Amino acid sequence: MTDVIMQLNALVDMASSVLLVALIVPLAMTIGRMLYGPSQADRFVALDMLTGVAVAACALAMGTTGRREFLDVGLGLAVFGFMGTCALAAFLERKGKMQ
Amino acid sequence: MMALSLALAAVVLKVVGLIFICLACLGLLRFADPLQRMHAATKAGTVGAGCMVAGAALATGDGFTMGVAAVTILFLILTVPLAGHLLGRAIYFSGTPLAGLEGRDALAEKECDPALQGGLPRQPATRRANDGVTQTRQ
Repeated sequence: MTDVIMQLNALVDMASSVLLVALIVPLAMTIGRMLYGPSQADRFVALDMLTGVAVAACALAMGTTGRREFLDVGLGLAVFGFMGTCALAAFLERKGKMQ
Repeated sequence: MMALSLALAAVVLKVVGLIFICLACLGLLRFADPLQRMHAATKAGTVGAGCMVAGAALATGDGFTMGVAAVTILFLILTVPLAGHLLGRAIYFSGTPLAGLEGRDALAEKECDPALQGGLPRQPATRRANDGVTQTRQ
């Protein structure tokens, strides 16, 4: 019984690090869409998704390092990602109407 | 025992978040036009990031951290639809080709709405590269 509990404890300790490494896969997919994206709109959508991946990475970094401040970093990233997406959307809309 | 079950619940939340984020990025790669890609990225991406933040906060078991995590999740839920709406509007007006439109644009035909007059004349529906492959097989 204690053996199982020890293994579960080890699993819990490792989980954040393993998931942080696994987050490379969605990161690579998003960057691929951002580099390939046929139109500018695709790149902006990929940037929006990148914000979500970054917030998740901040949350996992809090679990890995044990420092609470990373969650505040994630909140700040969410705010700046929202503002950036709004600004880029306004830019894209104005550019489309001018043509 | 209680702490261990809480930590296991946190791990499950984090794994669910990772799965949702992976699915969102898969949709971002595989869907046919910018609006469909945005549909995958905004909805599934928000759920994934929210689950991840909730799991990380639950693992600490600290009240203040859970408060910050709740504010973060609430902020994500409130702002992502707004950003998605602005981005979708911008995608429509920027004149990018939309899949499945079949050369007909119902919004542009509606002449009474002056807000929609700025849209570009759109190309006929684009096909994905895969569709071209299947058509040559037939």
